[in-house]
Amino acid sequence: MNEAHDLGGQHGHGRVVAEKNEPVFHEPWEGRVHALMNLARRAGLFNLDEMRRTIEQMPPAEYLRASYFERWLDALERLIAEKGGEPIKPSSSPTTRPPLDAHFKVGDQVRTRNANPRHHTRLARYARGKSGVVELIHGPYPLPDVRAYGKALTWQPVYTVRFRAQELWGGEGDPHDSVSIDLWEEYLE
Amino acid sequence: MSHEHPHEHGHAPLSDLEARALAIESLLVEKGLITSDAVDRHVYRYEHDIGPVIGARVVARAWSDPAFKDRLLADGTAAIAELGIESPDLHLEVVENQPGVHNLVVCTLCSCYPWYLLGLPPVWYKSAPYRSRAVIEPRAVLHEFGLDIPDETQVKVWDSSADLRYLVLPERPEGSEGWPEERLAALVSRDAMIGTGIVAIPEAVRP
Repeated sequence: MNEAHDLGGQHGHGRVVAEKNEPVFHEPWEGRVHALMNLARRAGLFNLDEMRRTIEQMPPAEYLRASYFERWLDALERLIAEKGGEPIKPSSSPTTRPPLDAHFKVGDQVRTRNANPRHHTRLARYARGKSGVVELIHGPYPLPDVRAYGKALTWQPVYTVRFRAQELWGGEGDPHDSVSIDLWEEYLE
Repeated sequence: MSHEHPHEHGHAPLSDLEARALAIESLLVEKGLITSDAVDRHVYRYEHDIGPVIGARVVARAWSDPAFKDRLLADGTAAIAELGIESPDLHLEVVENQPGVHNLVVCTLCSCYPWYLLGLPPVWYKSAPYRSRAVIEPRAVLHEFGLDIPDETQVKVWDSSADLRYLVLPERPEGSEGWPEERLAALVSRDAMIGTGIVAIPEAVRP
């Protein structure tokens, strides 16, 4: 889905402001929420991709206005409502990783799909329909597009693909620079 | 750390956010999925035990032991396991800064970060300005962090969008030859391991 979380390349968000001597949590409730999200996930209430999908479903204006832990709190409420507060059935819990069966090899030129799926995905908008080179191969890892809905795991290789900055940004990109992105096999063609 | 329970302060009324967090905690405890003690321990761990000192120890070892550095760059997950550091089902990729190459880590889609080496990410790392700009204008972002990257240096940005986590191995500062690992580790900042900083010997320590 093309939601507010997909921030790469957007303009207008202003300067990066670093806080000096930043505490781990600014308020006690933030620590509680961080713990609750992690413990509920470990208890099998939802998986990481369901968590991300739910955070991303926050209406765009709210997403941008909310603090990080406000988003988590909102997502926790919605995940619990969706799941009825019961652990997910064992069939969708992690299974054994199959052997790596990679279609591409290091050095291959690949192109990302130009797609705008109506489901959760980890192919950022700024990297769609772009050409790059396979730099590293990992996994396989469960495809988030499927796991985000609690379905049976679909394992795919993940490739670190390096894109020249000018491929991504045209003349605005620096000719020396690159962005490397981790992409599931299905995102490539 | 039960004294940290917001509801046990008892005096000030709960804010909306505190009340909502407490409602979820109560529900999950009631269902037997978690305990409040486990929540307390989780918060304590992140506030006291997990932080950039762990990553700094890895960097100092890599600077001191070339064979370890080779293993770290080849398979980060296996190399940090030698130091007793586990990466929970997430592969660690270590990227090395060198003369002419500067690495920078971001997660444009959420907040992916090697928390088991660096602790929780700072607010700026999770913020819209950093996530939007690090990929399209990394040099401008680095300038705001006080780093001016020479024109001919290559800036390599890593957008961690999957089950990998990235750690930048900064360049060892000149003048630190022969230093023991603990002393080297004390130089290594969180930002240097994200790529928004470099490692330098503070003026006061220089001969």
